[in-house]
This record gives sequence, C-alpha cells and structure tokens, in this order.
Amino acid sequence: MEGRSVSLTSKATIALRVARYRPETDDKPHFADYDVPLRKDWTVLDGLNHVKNELDPSLAFRWSCRMGICGSCGMNVNGAPKLMCETFLTDHAPGPVQVEPLNNFPVIRDLVVDITSFVQRLPQVKPWIIREEEKPVDEGEYLQTPEELEVFQQYSMCINCMLCYSACPVVGLDPHFIGPAAVALAERYDLDSRDEGTAERISLLSDHDGAFGCTFVGECTRVCPKGVDPAGAIQRYKLKAAQSSVLSMILPRGAR
Amino acid sequence: MSEGPQPASHDVLLIGGGLAGLRAAVAIAEANPALDVAVVSKVYPMRSHSVSAEGGAAGAIAEDDSLDEHAHDTVSGGDWLGDQDAIEAFIAEAPRELLQLEHWGCPWSRQPDGRIAVRPFGGMKNKRTWFAADKTGFHMLHALFQTTLKYEELVRYDEWFVTRLLVDDGRVQGVVAVELMSGEVQAIHAKAVVLATGGCGKVFPFTTNANINTGDGMSLAYRAGAPLKDMEMVQYHPTGLPFTGILITEAARAEGGYLVNKDGYRYLQDYDLGTPSPTPVLRSMELGPRDRLSQAFVHEVEKGRTADSPYGPVVHLDLRHLGAKVIEAKLPMVRELCLRYERIDPVTELVPVRPVVHYMMGGVHTDIHGATPLAGLYAAGETACVSINGANRLGSNSLPECLVFGARAGRAAAEYVASVGPSSAGIAAQVRDERRRVEALIGSDGTERVSALRDEMQATMEEAAGIYRTGPGMSKGADALGELQERMSGVRVGDSSRTFNTELVAALELANMLDIAQTMLHTGLQREESRGAHQRLDFPVRDDDRFLTHLLAYRDADGSARTEQLPVTITRWPPGERKYGR
Repeated sequence: MEGRSVSLTSKATIALRVARYRPETDDKPHFADYDVPLRKDWTVLDGLNHVKNELDPSLAFRWSCRMGICGSCGMNVNGAPKLMCETFLTDHAPGPVQVEPLNNFPVIRDLVVDITSFVQRLPQVKPWIIREEEKPVDEGEYLQTPEELEVFQQYSMCINCMLCYSACPVVGLDPHFIGPAAVALAERYDLDSRDEGTAERISLLSDHDGAFGCTFVGECTRVCPKGVDPAGAIQRYKLKAAQSSVLSMILPRGAR
Repeated sequence: MSEGPQPASHDVLLIGGGLAGLRAAVAIAEANPALDVAVVSKVYPMRSHSVSAEGGAAGAIAEDDSLDEHAHDTVSGGDWLGDQDAIEAFIAEAPRELLQLEHWGCPWSRQPDGRIAVRPFGGMKNKRTWFAADKTGFHMLHALFQTTLKYEELVRYDEWFVTRLLVDDGRVQGVVAVELMSGEVQAIHAKAVVLATGGCGKVFPFTTNANINTGDGMSLAYRAGAPLKDMEMVQYHPTGLPFTGILITEAARAEGGYLVNKDGYRYLQDYDLGTPSPTPVLRSMELGPRDRLSQAFVHEVEKGRTADSPYGPVVHLDLRHLGAKVIEAKLPMVRELCLRYERIDPVTELVPVRPVVHYMMGGVHTDIHGATPLAGLYAAGETACVSINGANRLGSNSLPECLVFGARAGRAAAEYVASVGPSSAGIAAQVRDERRRVEALIGSDGTERVSALRDEMQATMEEAAGIYRTGPGMSKGADALGELQERMSGVRVGDSSRTFNTELVAALELANMLDIAQTMLHTGLQREESRGAHQRLDFPVRDDDRFLTHLLAYRDADGSARTEQLPVTITRWPPGERKYGR
C-alpha cells in the first residue's frame, strides 16, 4: 500500500507490458507495451480497459464484476497471480507492470486461459449436499447453528478465480491432480452439518489425483484472494483419508 | 458459404446461467427428466451477476410476519404499478424457494438455535430478509450452480454469446450464438427458449452492474417481436461508492447505519421519511424505499448540503456506532470493499456514497408463468417484467424473484414443449443471414469506435434518464440515440481474429443496449406522470386516471418503438398513498 502515497499529476503514466498471443498468427506469446494513465483509483483492470478502449481494441481479457466476487479477471501481475480488479496500479509504480495470463492453463488468446478442464472435473468432487434421506422442503430448514456454519464457512468463499491453480507447482507438473480449489470445495461440503456425503467423496479424493497429489507447498493459500486456505483443506483431507482407510480395515462397512 | 455443422438441438434452451436460468434448469429437470435441457451463457455460470448481490432475499417466515404484509410492502413500494396477482403468487412461493436453496446447501446466516435468521430491509414492515452475511447472491449462486452439477444430462454452452432468436411459424425455435473460444457462429435449435440474461445497467455510465449486464435478453426478445414492459423504470440505489459504483448494501442501513450530509445531519428526516431514531425503525428514514432515498440525495445537492468528492457530490454512510464486531459479523464485504477500493475503514471512518443505477424494474413482458406473448419464448429474473416490482423494487425481492419465476418459467416451458413439433424449414435462411451479419462484423473497418459510441450512449442516458427527468430532456436524448443508431452501421470492430474476440462481443452488446436505451426514453416520454423511480419535473404527481397501466414497447419494422398500454392488475390493494415513517 505504501506506493499509493506518491503524488500524482494528471499527466502521470505507467507502462503496462501485456502478453499478447493470437493463435492464428503467433507461434508464441510476445509482449506489447502500452502507456496508461497512473491514477490513484485505477486498478490494473482500469489500465487494461484503457488499452482496449483507447489504444488497441484487439486486446482480449475476461472481466465482469470489478468488485472481487465473480472470479473472472485472474491474471499474473509481475509474476504473481492476482485479481486485476483489486490490484492497484500505484502499488506497482513506477512500473512497468507486466501482465500475463495465469500459469498452468492453455492460453486461448492474449490474457484468456482455457479453464475447461477445471470446470469439467468439478462434478467429480460431488460439490452438493448428499443425504441418505432428504427431508421434504415443506418440513422446513435443516437446523444449523452459527457454530456449525463457522466450521465450513471459510471453505465456502471460493470464487473459482483459478489463482491457486496458477500458483500450484503440482498442477503445473501433474495434469491429473484435481487441484486446490476442488479439494477445498469437497471439504466445504464434508464439513457442512447438513451433508452426509463424506464417504463418497473420500473414495474420489484419496488417491494420487486427489488430495494425495499435493506436496504441500502452500502457495495456493498464500495467493487466495478470499482467505479460503485450500492447503489447509488438502491437509485435512489427507488426514481424513488416512483415518478412513484405517477404519475401513477395522470396520467392514467402512467409516463415516 | 459453408452451412456449418449440423445444428445442435435441445428441448429447452436457457439463455443465462445466473440464479433465474439455473433455477429454471432444475425445475425442468424435475418436471420432466426426459427433456433435453441446455444452458447457454456468455460467461461461466458462476461469473453471472447474481454473484454480486449482497444484502439478502425476502421471504416471510418470521412468526410476527405475514404474506399479506410482504405483499402490501411490495405493492406500495412499487407505487402500485406491480400486478397484484403476480405479487401474491411471488410472496407465497418465495419462502419455499429460499428453503429449497437451504436444502441445496446455501449457507444462510442463522439464529443461535440453528433456525434461519432474518434482517430488516428498506421498505419492508417486518424482518423477512434471509441473508448469508453480505454475500447472499454469491452463496446462493454457487450453491445452486454446484447443485446443478448433479444433473449429468444438463448440457452447458459456457462462453457462447447468443446473437439472435430464431422465429418461424409464429414460434421461437432456437438461437444463433457465437462460441467465443472458436469464433464459430452456430445455430442451436430448441422448442422453447427461456431468457434469463439479467439487467442492463451498462446502458448508463455509473452503475453497480457488472460489465456483462448489457440487456442482451431484452434486446433479443424485442427484435423478435416480443414487447418490453415499463422500461422507463430504472432503479437508482442510494448508496454506491464514488468512481467505481460498487454497491454498498442496504443491509448496512438495516443493521443501523445512518445517512448523513456534509454537516453530519440525518437529512432523510426532511423528506417525509420519518424522524431519526438511534436504532433502525422499519419503513422509516434509512429504511425507506430506494427511489425516495435517491430523490432526497438530489435535493440535498440542490441545497448545497452534500460533500464534494473528485467524482461529484456525495453524502456519507456512517457505520461507526455499530462497532467492529457487528460490522465484521454482518457486513464483512462492506468493510472489505471500503478498505480495498476507498482506503476507508467503516469501523472508524465515514463512507462516501452517491446514488447509482442498480436495477431495471422493466424488462421482457411476461405473464405470471414467465411466458411472453411470443410462443416458445419465456423470461425470468431481471430480464423479465412480470411485473412484481412495479415502479420501484424493494431491496431483497430480486433474488427470490429469480427463484420463483425462474422455476415457474422452467415448468411452463417444460409443459409447452411436450406439445410442440420439430423445427420448421424456414429458420435455415435466418441462420445463414445471421451468420453473415456477425461474420461481417469481425474485423470490420468502419470509422466508429465501439468504446466511443458506448461512452456517448451512456452520457446521453445519464442526462436524459436520471433520477429526475423532463419531456424535452428525454426527447433530446432520444434524438441523440437515433444518431448513435445510425453511426452504429459504421462501427469498427478492431479485432480480426475469430478466437475469443471480445471486441466483437462488445459491438454486439452495444447494439443491444442502443435498442434498450431507446425503449427507456420512448416509454419514459409516454408516461406523463411521476411514479416510483420515474420522476418527471414536468409531470410531478402520480396520475392513476391515465397511468395506472403498464407501457409495452414493441419494435416496428423500421426499428422505432410503438407503445401499447396494459392495465395493472389490482386484487386487494387499491391505489393509495405511500407512507414511510408515519
């Protein structure tokens, strides 16, 4: 934040070094430099929009809510994964500010990455309430105390921005690893007092492609803009899976 | 020109993957699991703007609450322009829909004993707003989206932008859409289409709405011959952050926040909204309806009692007396947004706010089942106008509206497709035409920049369709929009790639918004009265004799709008005075 106290004249600018890639014409990505106004209130997203609106309409990037909740605008700024809408230009003054697509995903175009594999694999962790017997809606809510809510609340904050996938070295090396956000989501439902699906999820997540793919580097938790702590979720999952496999040897019908 | 691959075909297509669209999808799957259903969205469903809703979702469940009181609040909040049969149905079904979301995992905030907690909200006589802290829309959307993943048969077209409805033989038979990743322009056939594309705040320069809120569904329906209803009714939310327009939820006032002018005075007491009390009083002062609060701001500006900011006049939201504990527990996102975007901590500092375009009461005209007059076309959520919101929506009614009418539209569409035959031959030519139109835009070398035209449209609308309007102002705006429409034919799409061409999308969205903006001013001019969010300086009072009626805008062949009237349905609450704080 200290960088934001710099005094700014209306003519101050900052250089954006933006990764460009067009699959029809480019063998590999290259950088293009753009000077954009350096204003106190401007985020990198405002800078990119200035490029698109005033300098080069062909620049492609995703964005939507500009308030850190839709998860669209994850990119790398000077090598670190961030949400563009909450990364201020002044925090990176005097620049240049290097903007690149997230790591560990195929690049579709410029700053747009292909997250199809994540979205397609999401159902594998069964991220919905599983119950042996569903209570009819007309009988009212499942009671859940504030304390029970607190237990899983943190893991329910994930916005699927993919920053943790960009930061995770295992995701980069092992395409089968389902990744931090997916495990955190499984944990979100496991910890929900209304859910009874832990046993189903454990069988999916306790192999190498699931939680055990993680080597516990912890980068996912460090870059998470919502404080979700996927690394913590993965650790919990490993423990749970280990306990479950021990219990399944003792209890023939498996552990719950 | 190639005909492209054999078109995909489904029974029902949902356009939009937010709360309304996904709720419709589940409703169809439950009504008739044999139906082939697909969701088409220009963004991944969890990016939909439902995700930004903060404060809560109304459903009368408290012991001291009643359906009738919720209905009366909604009727009077909407200045009697809402249809009371629709409002009664909505209010009766809202609690069940919110409970259903609870069963699907939505982490609603709770009372100590584990039951659902409810909070007060603006214009509501009782506490009936369910909430998940102040990220209610986020949690509802993610819980619903994740629940839809259970339905393996549900097809999704993520990041496909719909450009046209296919209409032949008097009924909707599918869409044409651009697959953003490949740039392919393709037909998707369907027996019924449900529009659930959200609002159109981006018609204005200063809005809480996301970049994607460009009214695509409204424009698709309008061009296909379906009418838009009450488009002049644009809600200004009283508390947006200057510059960004980020919403500071009404829940901040419901939890006890004050609105003060530059002198620290709770100015709402001067505008027939009640007298100040240290703690919140329902339907009074800061818990008055949004239209009246935004109007009061304008008068404070005129009196010179607002503070200055680099982005124009502001008043202040004072949360300091609530203390850190309440703010962290009930309003964590408010604090997060203020800290991040304004460098202000509401625990110790005043938050600068000003009115900001937030919501469209108007939209695609539907009946109580979500059906439009065009066979096979349905709409739900902010895209639609049933109408339950009348001339001013109450905070926390929009989220349950998405659920109630999403489900209704889904069920109605499921029933309709059972009796409909295959697509007719006539649509093939439409697909060819549309493919030609869209492909011609890619890399088009006109002289008019998309961003420049969009800026001019937004400035025009802010000037013409603000909190207070005049006939001459709207006429001038309509002329300016006409010129922009003409210049649009020379638009330059400065991106010749087919791959993820966001400039192409921006040009198509701009064309959509120009259509919609025109209808707002058109019906705005016709409505020669002041009602709810539509305040005219030249017609300052409500005129029930002439205007207790909806205004339907149809698109004529030459592109101009034509208006028809449709009487408001009154069941149990004859038009009366709106009373707040007294």
